[in-house]
Amino acid sequence: MAEKPGFPEILAFGDTGYGDELAWGTLITLSIAMLAYAVGIFIGFIGAMGKLQGSPLTRNILTGYTTLVRAVPELVLILILYYAGSTALNLLLESLGFGSFAINGFVAAVFVLGFVQGAYSTEVLRGAIQAIPIGQIEAARAYGMSPLLEFRRVTLPAMLPFALPGLANLWLIVTKDTALIAVVGYAELALTTRQAAGNTKMYLTFFLVAGAIYLAISLVSQRCFGWLEKRVRRGQRTLN
Amino acid sequence: MNLHILKIIVKTFILSLLALFALGILYWLLFASDWSWLPKYLPLLLKGLWLTLQLLVLSCVFGMLLAIPIGLVQVTGPPWLALLARWFCTLIRGTPLLIQVWLIYYGLGSLFPLIPELRQSFLWPVLREGFFYAVLAFTVSFAGYEGEIMRGAFLGVPRGELEAARAFGMSPWKVLTRVWFPRAVRLVLPTLAGETVLQLKATPLAFTVAVMDLMGVTTKIRQDTYRVFEPLMLLAVIYMCLTFLIVWGYGFVERKVPQKR
Repeated sequence: MAEKPGFPEILAFGDTGYGDELAWGTLITLSIAMLAYAVGIFIGFIGAMGKLQGSPLTRNILTGYTTLVRAVPELVLILILYYAGSTALNLLLESLGFGSFAINGFVAAVFVLGFVQGAYSTEVLRGAIQAIPIGQIEAARAYGMSPLLEFRRVTLPAMLPFALPGLANLWLIVTKDTALIAVVGYAELALTTRQAAGNTKMYLTFFLVAGAIYLAISLVSQRCFGWLEKRVRRGQRTLN
Repeated sequence: MNLHILKIIVKTFILSLLALFALGILYWLLFASDWSWLPKYLPLLLKGLWLTLQLLVLSCVFGMLLAIPIGLVQVTGPPWLALLARWFCTLIRGTPLLIQVWLIYYGLGSLFPLIPELRQSFLWPVLREGFFYAVLAFTVSFAGYEGEIMRGAFLGVPRGELEAARAFGMSPWKVLTRVWFPRAVRLVLPTLAGETVLQLKATPLAFTVAVMDLMGVTTKIRQDTYRVFEPLMLLAVIYMCLTFLIVWGYGFVERKVPQKR
């Protein structure tokens, strides 16, 4: 029997170690998180606008969406959307005359996590827009700005300081929620780690390494968001 | 005016899509779904509900007991203890719960059998179960999140009240139990409802370490009957009911606690 590699060597890149597999998993985790975050913010903007300016019907639908998503565990939502989404899409395609196909795990993960994130960012963005002194928005309208110009020049820069802490929190949540995709069987960082740990029986080592990677992502993002917040708050009066 | 017409078109499109979706679900519920498995698995589901509630209550109670000193030492403790507590919170809040659960179950679980005294002890039947590791992981995680919140709560109590308590000649312990802690709890009560709901939504992860909680039972039903949606839908509804129960319960307690300052 060949000698088993020990602690540092097991993380080497190449055939003998799991370094490259873990790096690949990290990359996938990061890209799922970023894309899902973008989808979530996109849904969030539409949702916030609908909740603030929409008809009562729109508002009721959106309230149903945010309440439902926030009351059910993410894991259950991911399972439902993953299976229901792929079945519904296949049914739709078959009825339109196309053949069915297997859903790409990556795309499904992005949209499912984005859908969940959308509910939370709707609330964050709605609160942030409501925190803007109404006079500023009225002034923009009085200048005859079109809705788009008003959004770009007044609403967006004025709401960012209020929205960023919440958005930063959502980013940290989505990076950690990507681990749930492992349960559906898509090999991102968490599942890769588990497979590597199972193969080598070095559970403690591998899960500690994965934890360290996630922690590093969180710490670096916190720094970035701190810097960003300082930047969007420039020109704002400080309290002391 | 063009924007106006576009808005109407988009709105009609989305509404008809939603109506189609609702009709589809209704059709499925009435004609295509199959609930014949429900009576057979009902006892198992109730057992799963009981386990889920146990996971939730045990981890919240023990987690809170850990969180109070963690929050407190960050406010008044010696610098090295405060640093340790802060690092603990960062560590827990910066890593996914799933990794923590697996680390504790597989990692710790693979270390325990190496100690022969443990294998003979009365604790061994407990240490073999995934339930124990799940409770441990959830407790530690809850302590990490709540420690941070309790730190804010302890800081949020007005200084004057603590000084007044001290001026009455109360010992530090008495200040804590009579003034500081009750005031801090009152401050976090609204936050705590949300945190408990988050903890409830974390419990289904226990099924990844072979705990037969609601999620585990549902997975078993799915594997036994090959029905995918019915069990998952039922699961979502049960969790939703639990969430509303928790929110309602905390609202009830909050109304009982005098809010006047």
